Amino acid sequence: METSALAFLKKPSAIIPLFILLLLPWASDNIHFHHVLIMFMLFATLSQAWNVIGGFAGQVSFGHATFFGIGAYAALVPLKKFGLTPWAGMLIGGGLAVILAVLISYPVFRLKGHYFAISTFAVAEIVERLFLNWDFVEGAIGLPAPVLEENLFNFMWYKTKTPYFYIAFALFLLGLLLAHKIVRSRLGFYFRAIKQSPEAAEGLGIDTTRFKMVAMIISAFLTAICGSFYAQYILYIDPPSVFSLDISIKIVLVTVLGGAGTIVGPILGAAILIPLSEYSRILLGGTGRGVDLIVFGALILIISVYQPQGVVGFFRKIGK
Amino acid sequence: MDLDILLQILVSGLLMGLIFALIAVGLTLIWGVMDVLNFAHGEFLMLAMYISFWMFSLWHIDPLWSLPISVAALFATGVITYRLIIKKVLNAPGLTALLATFGLSILIKNLAQFFWTPDFRHISGAILSEKTLNILNLNLSLPEVVAAGGSGLITYVIYHLIFKTKTGRAIRAAALDRDTALLMGINIDRIYALTFGLGGACVGVAGALLMNFYYVFPSVGSLFGILAFVTVALGGFGNITGAFLAGVLIGVVETAGGVFISPVFKYTVVFVMYLVIISIRPKGLFGW
Repeated sequence: METSALAFLKKPSAIIPLFILLLLPWASDNIHFHHVLIMFMLFATLSQAWNVIGGFAGQVSFGHATFFGIGAYAALVPLKKFGLTPWAGMLIGGGLAVILAVLISYPVFRLKGHYFAISTFAVAEIVERLFLNWDFVEGAIGLPAPVLEENLFNFMWYKTKTPYFYIAFALFLLGLLLAHKIVRSRLGFYFRAIKQSPEAAEGLGIDTTRFKMVAMIISAFLTAICGSFYAQYILYIDPPSVFSLDISIKIVLVTVLGGAGTIVGPILGAAILIPLSEYSRILLGGTGRGVDLIVFGALILIISVYQPQGVVGFFRKIGK
Repeated sequence: MDLDILLQILVSGLLMGLIFALIAVGLTLIWGVMDVLNFAHGEFLMLAMYISFWMFSLWHIDPLWSLPISVAALFATGVITYRLIIKKVLNAPGLTALLATFGLSILIKNLAQFFWTPDFRHISGAILSEKTLNILNLNLSLPEVVAAGGSGLITYVIYHLIFKTKTGRAIRAAALDRDTALLMGINIDRIYALTFGLGGACVGVAGALLMNFYYVFPSVGSLFGILAFVTVALGGFGNITGAFLAGVLIGVVETAGGVFISPVFKYTVVFVMYLVIISIRPKGLFGW
């Protein structure tokens, strides 16, 4: 049953699209195009992370921006205050996100369905409010990255996006392999059993609280790492840009739109939503009147009404 | 800290709480009957507020007189939302209905921003504007008192409708067991449309009453929407009495938090309270 995750990469159906993705930056010098590619991979990875708890284990979280924001602050705060490399910050952020995931899991995992969802929401609101009023991290003013030399150690480049592209690609690959590994492992079966019927899973001897927590830990860690990457990519963060409900919801939207509980779902969802939202923002966002978001909202509405199984369902239908 | 201040906090909180309660009752009604969490509920409230605002600014119709128009418009919005969107996703798996209402909320919010700009707008010179009421050393703003009274009244009307009328019995039957209700000759489709319309009508009232003392802007619905979700969960999903009492509780806690801790953290206090209560009673205060 357990196949090596790397063996998956030897399949032509996986290796060819990945190889094409890797070459895409050379297709054009356009800086917007590179940005869209990076955001696509970032959100595909965030969506893979959310999918572990929300898709496979079926526990819908509206609070993933909390882990994202913690990762973002963990990269920039130590860099700015102590000159610590953001790579170390990334691990610190991952660690803190895991600790928080464990702390909130105990009370929250007794809850079912929407009670759980609203609780993740409440936690996210509390954390955002605390960061907004925390002077050490500059509160609502936000935190610009210090201007340092461009290199891998400082995790910052100003003139080119190519290094960011490769780091995002590595993250993307990590998310993909992780999801693949989970689906094929015993853990994946536990998660799906919990999703299908928590009572039956308990009856079969699965410690549902423990495995929900495992799912949350994996998910939180990967989300925080993505947050650190985002902070180093944008080089400026403030609480609304990394902790807001909008981020949490965007992660949910990408996953559900693509197809929750599948490996390709997050990739498909990000491949559709991210170029759409980024390009409509680049092309229409300048009006400042939210035309891009009108298009975005309308599209989500249309897809959900006419394609209720997610985009994955659409491709499966064609496959048949 | 003397008694007057405590009483002032309690009464102010109660007034705000009654409005929260009405918004939450609309949301919990829809959830209880058709198992759909309407993420566009806050945006419906925003629409109601804009209706009152434009009626006043363009034609000088006082928010109190335009209230029936706002209620009718929001009832229609609810019914149309059900017919065009919710009906199509009701039998879809898992998160599809959620996705659809997310999409709707983003769409409405940004259409409002497109047509009406992100400016904060408020009404001055209406019948109730800036009037205050002094009873027993308490300073109360008249618009808030009227809004709270109106919200309380409508909440009672909804309660009466659901528990004391024949239509209400049909709605409860549909909530309890859809297929059996269908076999008993209840037109489920009509009941669902009616429920969604009633959910809309609740925010139609709340929005019109809020406009007398609150600012309106395209994302005003987000805050009220979030509070409504927390209220509904706190009271127990689908439980009208629960939503009412939880709304009042949240109003009082929010006001007290604003005074005793800091106005910045008043909603944080509400969310912390939610987490504490929900970890003791996992299905809300009145759920079982």
